[in-house]
Amino acid sequence: MATTQAIQVESLSKRYGKNVQALNQVSFEVGRGELFGLIGPDGAGKTTLIRILATLLLANEGQALVNGWEVRRDYRKIRSHIGYMPGRFSLYQDLSVEENLHFFATIFGTTIEENYELIRDIYVQLEPFRKRKAGKLSGGMKQKLALCCALIHKPVVLLLDEPTTGVDPVSRQEFWEMLKRLKEKEITILVSTPYMDEASLCDRVALIQKGNILSIDKPAGIVSAFDKPLLAVRTNDMYRLIHDLREFESTHSAFPFGEYVHLALRNAIWPEAIHAYLAGKEHTDIEIKPAQATIEDAFMELMTQE
Amino acid sequence: MKQFGIFIQKELFHIFRDRRTLLILLGMPIVLVLLFGFAITNEIDNARIAILDQSKGEMSQKITQRLLASGYFLIDENLREVAEIEQHFREGKTKMAIVFPPELQENLRRNLPTQIQLIADATDPNTATTLINYASAIIGRYVQDQGRGQAMPLQIHTEVKMLYNPRLKSVFMFVPGVMTVILMLVSAMMTSIAITREKELGTMEVLLASPLRPAMIIIGKVIPYILLALANTVVILMLGAFVFGMPIKGSLFLLALECLLFVITSLALGILISTRTESQQVAMLISLMMLMLPTILLSGFIFPIESMPLALQVISNIIPAKWFIIILKNVMLKGTGVEFIWKESLILGGMALFFIGASVRNFKIRLE
Repeated sequence: MATTQAIQVESLSKRYGKNVQALNQVSFEVGRGELFGLIGPDGAGKTTLIRILATLLLANEGQALVNGWEVRRDYRKIRSHIGYMPGRFSLYQDLSVEENLHFFATIFGTTIEENYELIRDIYVQLEPFRKRKAGKLSGGMKQKLALCCALIHKPVVLLLDEPTTGVDPVSRQEFWEMLKRLKEKEITILVSTPYMDEASLCDRVALIQKGNILSIDKPAGIVSAFDKPLLAVRTNDMYRLIHDLREFESTHSAFPFGEYVHLALRNAIWPEAIHAYLAGKEHTDIEIKPAQATIEDAFMELMTQE
Repeated sequence: MKQFGIFIQKELFHIFRDRRTLLILLGMPIVLVLLFGFAITNEIDNARIAILDQSKGEMSQKITQRLLASGYFLIDENLREVAEIEQHFREGKTKMAIVFPPELQENLRRNLPTQIQLIADATDPNTATTLINYASAIIGRYVQDQGRGQAMPLQIHTEVKMLYNPRLKSVFMFVPGVMTVILMLVSAMMTSIAITREKELGTMEVLLASPLRPAMIIIGKVIPYILLALANTVVILMLGAFVFGMPIKGSLFLLALECLLFVITSLALGILISTRTESQQVAMLISLMMLMLPTILLSGFIFPIESMPLALQVISNIIPAKWFIIILKNVMLKGTGVEFIWKESLILGGMALFFIGASVRNFKIRLE
């Protein structure tokens, strides 16, 4: 295998016990300096995949290379050159912001000063709290600190497991902006998330469900693969609406989407026909408008095909 | 080396910032030693006794005075009838009753055999035995003194000498015992908890994914607890020596070395426990059940191993504390050198090696 790719995964499978197939023949590649998203619901196998790449779990079958190193054999090399941020906040809560950073810098054989350039944008926000214990930080701040700690040794590859789960929307946005800036410094980033809206912020994404990769493409490519007419529908009784829409003859699929239900149609029909159908089912305040397909629609579509 | 230094520094931060645990760790030895020293004791001091003097003569008066002069006994009450004895015991006022028979004076003068009855409350067998022994000895000596100058039939007196602990002070028994328990607790339990805490909080995951070698993680976590355990040893020895007059006859250097050996054995056990458990609570329970209880019950600290059933005697051999207590008693009380305890030391060392080996085998460089 050539070592031009930052991450190469080939037919990777992982079972827990006899019955749980966490990963099933997963293959993909991540190029150098790419921001690659792993999108999927809880239990899809994202954490397992990232842990295998971080040399913390062994796969049952298949091969995985990080920066050209094999995860089983060359685990020591990989451990010195990757940054890994687990899904759960895993810093020392009774150590201050500064002490945590200093600790991780030292165990990776570097100093804060040496790579300060890399974390400066993030760390300036933490600087006012540098004497505060990590356990007393807000959720967003914790994640920023964890990112700093994972970055402080200037890793070649950064593995982030659901870094934005449980973080407020503003901090989430800030976090993604930071990832974009890191990309410019030629760090390869593999990030997993259950939030579909974050997919569009990646260079490429892999949609993963129940251990299978459903699709790998640029975000735009995944959206454009969705070719059904799409409408956003809203009435007074949203719960009954989904049920009723799914019974409608022209309906391909109907899923809740924020305040609306996204209705994908088998064939193009006039919205008036749907209006009439819903009115017949005693819905009021009916609102129907055309909708732009998103990654989430594409993902739902792929999931129903499975 | 720098990595190692920062790791130990981090570990010290954990210990010093957890004030409550630190207070328990440093305070517990002091409390335990004082508690055992002052409250839990087999020594007899001012035990209350009752006397039923039916002879009402000079002899019984003198014997009573001797008993009181010894300092071990205090008269609670002079009884008038035999029936009162039982009632007195039931009320719990007295530990022992002495009955002088009416014919005491007469018999003694005529050199006839006579009897004095000692009745003890054996709900507490240890105290009862001790009281009876003390009283018999005092009475025996009185009779002997009376007989001096007269031609006596052949008599044999046993002369007892209690070596190494002439006053039979229980402090000599519990200082080594408490020291063993504390060292076990700090070394085995605290390290197993400290390591499983990293697993529980998820920080172990980050440490594993770093270039730190597993051995360095373990040794780094363990060193602060070695220091803590040795500090506790010093505190216990000082309390024993200065508050309770416990002697340290052997070499201090040898004593320190043996303590270090036991601490390392316990640490290895703690590490072994932590490699097999995932949560702090399980680690603590296992440490308590599998280490603390045997250390207290089967090490000879409280119950003599010789009087245990054979099965327990055999089991006691695999308990590190048993060997450590033997070593401690030898060095501290008898002042023996290494030539008399090398066997025990070797056993402890072998156990340490075995536990370290098992820990290394069990330590996971990955998450599963």
